[in-house]
Amino acid sequence: MSGDDVTPSGTTDGPTSAPPGRQVLVLAGGLSHERDVSLRSGRRVAEALRGSGLEVVERDVDGSLLAQLREERPACVVPMLHGETGEDGAIREVLELLSVPYVGAPPAACRTAFDKPVAKAVVARAGLDTPESVCLPHETFRELGAAEVMAALVSRLGLPLMVKPARSGSALGCSVVRSAEELPAAMVGAFAYGDVALLERFVEGLEVAVPVIDDGSGPRALPAVAIRPDGGVYDYTARYTAGSTEFTTPAPLDAELTAEVARVALTAHEVLGLRDVSRSDLIVDADRRVWFLEVNVAPGFTETSTVPLAIQAAGLDLGKVCASLVQAAVARSSPQE
Amino acid sequence: MDNTPAPRDTPRSGTRLDSYVDRYAARTAGMTASEIRALFAVASRPEVVSLAGGMPNISGLPLDVVGNAIGDLIAANGPVALQYGSGQGDPRLREQICEVMRLEGIDAHPDDVVVTVGSQQAVDLVTRIFCDPGDVVLCEAPSYVGALGVFKSFQCDVVHIEMDADGLVPEALEQAITTVRAAGKTIKFLYTIPNFHNPAGITLAPERRPQVLEICRRHDILVLEDNPYGLLGFDGDPKRALRADEAEGVIYLGSFSKTFSPGMRVGWALAPHAVREKLVLAQESATLCPPSFSQMAVSAYLTTHDWQGQIKQMREMYRERRDAMMDALRDYMPASCAWNEPDGGFFVWVTLPPGIDAKAMLPRAVTARVAYVPGTAFFADGFGSGSMRLSFCYPTPERIREGVRRLAGVLEAEMELRETFGAGAPTRGLEGRSGYDAPSSDLS
Repeated sequence: MSGDDVTPSGTTDGPTSAPPGRQVLVLAGGLSHERDVSLRSGRRVAEALRGSGLEVVERDVDGSLLAQLREERPACVVPMLHGETGEDGAIREVLELLSVPYVGAPPAACRTAFDKPVAKAVVARAGLDTPESVCLPHETFRELGAAEVMAALVSRLGLPLMVKPARSGSALGCSVVRSAEELPAAMVGAFAYGDVALLERFVEGLEVAVPVIDDGSGPRALPAVAIRPDGGVYDYTARYTAGSTEFTTPAPLDAELTAEVARVALTAHEVLGLRDVSRSDLIVDADRRVWFLEVNVAPGFTETSTVPLAIQAAGLDLGKVCASLVQAAVARSSPQE
Repeated sequence: MDNTPAPRDTPRSGTRLDSYVDRYAARTAGMTASEIRALFAVASRPEVVSLAGGMPNISGLPLDVVGNAIGDLIAANGPVALQYGSGQGDPRLREQICEVMRLEGIDAHPDDVVVTVGSQQAVDLVTRIFCDPGDVVLCEAPSYVGALGVFKSFQCDVVHIEMDADGLVPEALEQAITTVRAAGKTIKFLYTIPNFHNPAGITLAPERRPQVLEICRRHDILVLEDNPYGLLGFDGDPKRALRADEAEGVIYLGSFSKTFSPGMRVGWALAPHAVREKLVLAQESATLCPPSFSQMAVSAYLTTHDWQGQIKQMREMYRERRDAMMDALRDYMPASCAWNEPDGGFFVWVTLPPGIDAKAMLPRAVTARVAYVPGTAFFADGFGSGSMRLSFCYPTPERIREGVRRLAGVLEAEMELRETFGAGAPTRGLEGRSGYDAPSSDLS
């Protein structure tokens, strides 16, 4: 596609009467803990879009954003903001208010998906397997006594278990707890990133990431990416240090499992009401069971992220895929005939 | 979390997204992405009060004077300023550096000065010519994160020496030398920041200076005296440098980064003759020469401007900020915290209540829009989790006060959390990041 394709004819005016521009605005940075990752994702997506012939502007999120959106009326916004604001639906809510087309899931779906316990409950109701978990706020431990609560958690979930902030990304604040003695520190680590923690039964197996994209012709799963971090744990360092994790795409799964991980990712995408792009993080255990861990509504596009790997493995061009998502977003906002 | 074989037993043939992953030198160990470094990306936003970075505050510099000096430099000496220069550095600047060092009692000859790309490069060059892998470098506890990074990159073993309110403890130095040598290891030098220490904010007491020199002389230990803040004391005359009383056993490092412009990247080493010869050769192999333009610009600034008057203004500005931080710490911080009152430089070292881990607390602080550097960054051995460095050099006094207010709130919440889960709860991830977990302004 060319840059001229981005601006649809007859796009509706938003709250202002300014005509929509032709620029694609990539939002990256923000104030979340994942700012650094977001900047890298944004840069890569912006470059990919430029490579497809689009006129692209990158910018951070700050107090002048709304004025710029009203004044310049970008053809489309690509929110590459990770973590809160970016993935909790807030920035998309604002874009909706201004009637600015954007790539990605609508605000309500983001709110659901970004909250790991809520997302797990939704996909479980849809029949997907997700590890047994308990979600508790910091106050519960304080009021009821941390030792008692932690003992009950270990008794219920067993060891090892995963401790995660209920709302965060890039594995920030996440720990594998292999003994009860490690649990207090893991809880403190998770609560450093938020007031609610998710404790989840640890599932041994092959970790796979399965992106789903929908450029207007319906959601489809891209090849699964198998993730094998050198240290055994796919933590922040393993995610963003090139060379410290081995990625295999397509994942070494037989046809049946390949189809199953795709089905799980597509189901999660659909039941959570996601749009355009998502990435489900799954575990395939030794019994060939596929477990849903979480889904990302603004998955990373950094040099070490899995979505670009999956796009490449599918024989697609990153720039063209990104451009097609922009095109779909713009078309979606066009008035219906 | 991949701990079991893949469901289909196929050979691994994936990508590591780094074609050179098996070729890097061992010294790159630890050069990895880090949560802590990522959090400092947020600290660069204006909403965040950053008490983290050690960025000099150059808002008071007379930019018109600097601009005119640089314009005149290019007009009069452009072909020289824009050309390669001597590996040892510009002769005129080396003369002026000797004038600067005279303020600290150093009587030096320009021939013994080697100009470097900031004193950071001087640390690198000295380590390069002295240290083999496994050699021991003695450092204060804590020590400058940028130096620790250099020592780590040359695969040195850092042994930290206790400090107290009067700086390096001579008895601890003596003990460490004995212990290290008894273990059959080779000590190459003592790295010390005697004035307005980074990060501790402590100054080595006058009576201890000859003691430290005597111990090092007796044990034949070279002293690497790093003194970037020496002229930024808030009271009295500049402290007498160690090098002023020991020419042969001390390599002295200085910098214009704090007294003029960090962007110029001009520092220097003053070394005994034989060492200086090797430093020049090492400098030439590293950069050919320090940048001519920067050196001549610094020289022009020193020639055309009342640089000592400018430093006096800087001292007053930093003193005002130090006072703001002291007031805020007294007003807001929990009683169980302790800190020192620096009489110069940029930094305050805060000791946190027992059980609080500054590194684990940093995400919460960033959420509250305040940043600091956890103490672990300043130790090579994983210690320091119960401390943090606060810098008062850059934010306004009002912002400093607001930052400390936010920090106190974060600390209160963390104390409550620790109390809930047990004050002694160990925290994860303390290992392996010393020398790197600091804002980039500390590493430049």
